[in-house]
Amino acid sequence: MDSLNLLWGGLEAAVTPENLLWAALGVLLGTFVGVLPGIGPAMAVALLLPVTYGLDATQAFIMFAGIYYGGMYGGSTTSILLNTPGESASVMTAIEGNKMAKAGRAAQALATAAIGSFIAGTIGTMGVVFFAPALAEVAVKIGAPSYLAITVMALVLVTAVLGSSKLRGFIALFIGLTIGLVGLDLNTGQPRLSFGTTQLADRLDIVVVAVGIFALGEAFWVAAHLRRTPLQITPVGQPFMGKEDWRRSWKPWLRGTALGFPFGAIPAGGAETPTFLSYLAEKKLTKHPEEFGKGAIEGVAGPEAANNASAAGTFVPLLAMGLPVTATATIMLAALQSYGIQPGPQLMTEQPDLVWTLLASLLIGNTMLLVLNLPLAPLWAKLLRVPRPYLYAGILFFASLGAYTVNLDAFDLFLLLIFGLLGLAMRRFGLPVLPLILGVILGPIMESKLREALALSGGDASGLVNEPLSVIVYVLIALFLVVPIAARFLLPSRFDRTNDPADDGPADGPSDDRELVDR
Amino acid sequence: MTETSHETTAAATEPVRIDRAQFGLAGFLALLGGYTLYDASTLEVGFADPVGPRVFPYVIGSVLLLLAVLLVIATLRGSRPEADDGEDVDLDTPADWVTVGKLVGVLVFTIATITVLGWAISGALLFAGAAWALGSTTLVRDVLVGIVMSVASWYGFYVGLGIPLSPGLLDGIL
Repeated sequence: MDSLNLLWGGLEAAVTPENLLWAALGVLLGTFVGVLPGIGPAMAVALLLPVTYGLDATQAFIMFAGIYYGGMYGGSTTSILLNTPGESASVMTAIEGNKMAKAGRAAQALATAAIGSFIAGTIGTMGVVFFAPALAEVAVKIGAPSYLAITVMALVLVTAVLGSSKLRGFIALFIGLTIGLVGLDLNTGQPRLSFGTTQLADRLDIVVVAVGIFALGEAFWVAAHLRRTPLQITPVGQPFMGKEDWRRSWKPWLRGTALGFPFGAIPAGGAETPTFLSYLAEKKLTKHPEEFGKGAIEGVAGPEAANNASAAGTFVPLLAMGLPVTATATIMLAALQSYGIQPGPQLMTEQPDLVWTLLASLLIGNTMLLVLNLPLAPLWAKLLRVPRPYLYAGILFFASLGAYTVNLDAFDLFLLLIFGLLGLAMRRFGLPVLPLILGVILGPIMESKLREALALSGGDASGLVNEPLSVIVYVLIALFLVVPIAARFLLPSRFDRTNDPADDGPADGPSDDRELVDR
Repeated sequence: MTETSHETTAAATEPVRIDRAQFGLAGFLALLGGYTLYDASTLEVGFADPVGPRVFPYVIGSVLLLLAVLLVIATLRGSRPEADDGEDVDLDTPADWVTVGKLVGVLVFTIATITVLGWAISGALLFAGAAWALGSTTLVRDVLVGIVMSVASWYGFYVGLGIPLSPGLLDGIL
């Protein structure tokens, strides 16, 4: 109940007419950018970060929360209306959502996505309210060796377990770690990989890296492969749901939330797994199995809720341990740091006002999303018709604007171009973006924890495993890496059978897309 | 930028099973790893710091070299990347590197001139130039839209957020 009182205090501080205006502006901007094809929530947040620079911390949080939820909802809108998910977490939404849209039920698909997102986001944020302080209390006692181990686990899970190619995952991770090296070494003050420039000695700004890789890289990649035939966009009316739709949606919403939140909260990042599990669960439990594959509302309601609950769940490790596990959380961490806030176990005790304001902001942003986006959905759908040259010229324009505002230095635009070309190469070579961006931000954290741990033990390697927790985590990492290989080796037939549906599911989405778009 | 040229060769040799452009990526990784190792070797180790600033870059550089070798092996064995798909991406047509080159050119022009011309002019040119590169044929309208966006964002940042973007040539006019 203590947490609830604190949250109530945060809400009281946050709910003023002016702040609500910032929340509304954030939701509008976030949805606007998120709806644009090819832009996921991480990119929306990175692109819009500079807009919050001039605000004080509370207002910036509120606007930021709006941008965050707006960006995610924008992504779902694109998935449903275009059948082309902007990020892997929306793949499942697109499968049934677009079938619904094609059957003339776009309004219901958008409504169940919006309401499901709202419910999942609200329950998820309440989950953060209860779990983050508890985790922080435990996390305070975690020493450098265990922290290092947990960081390694997050990187290994994201790189080796989630991606389709381990080799390419590790290539992306180590390019990211190299980027993270650039700048002054924290202990000795010597510049590393700075090529003799003062701008590079001063560490890279994560906004420039992220906007370059996400936004510019995407614009370059699309420019190289621009679709010359127009996409089919389903017209949409006012979102609404009939009685039957409500009856069929509420259980998937809750199940999706229950699946999504834990996956977001453990450092195994990403909403792909819970959205996929939620889709499978709904397909199994539905009373209308014949509708699956033809536009079943449960197949939109469940994964959408799982996606949002998982996004809320990522705030637990982010706030309690300073550990981001998704690309969006990485940008959020950078944003918090730009306000002089270092998330971690101490944050809850040292700056509780800020934490509770942030959590209250998430609730406000989430509510604002529902209020604004249900009526505005037809307008957002029109955005999908922006001529492509203008759309991608606009992305280039805003990416440059964002990078330039960081230091008002043309050198940042040069860096933006370099990272844009890197982003292009990554898309060409199938290198996943998430390991890279996590490597950039977690690399320096890992190094400082490693040096802290070894300084304490006087350089003895046993200093890395002198806490029971760190040993457990290393064993877990070894299991994650060894078990899949061993299973393939020892049980070839059984492995194939259990693995097949998992591989087919997500792969179905994109191949489906091409076929539908061609028509 | 070396990557871009390698990709061009890749597009030409599309039907071949081995994706040769990946050798370019492997070369880039080897270069990056090698330079990281060299850069780390120039650092001085402080005292009372058993790990020092070198260990981490040494590990990263070595792994990058290892990954470069693994990538070469994987490529020779026929491993091909899964190129990124998306709303506006049509992977069935050959890559159009000319458009990308034009966009890069527009950005290089912006970088070179932004301090002199200021954001209001550079931003407008950036938008119009990028729209042109992407195939827009309405040049006058593109320039007008660009001017509206760049001037509006200049005032938005100056008035709304108190951040003065570089005024450049228009110093005193804006």
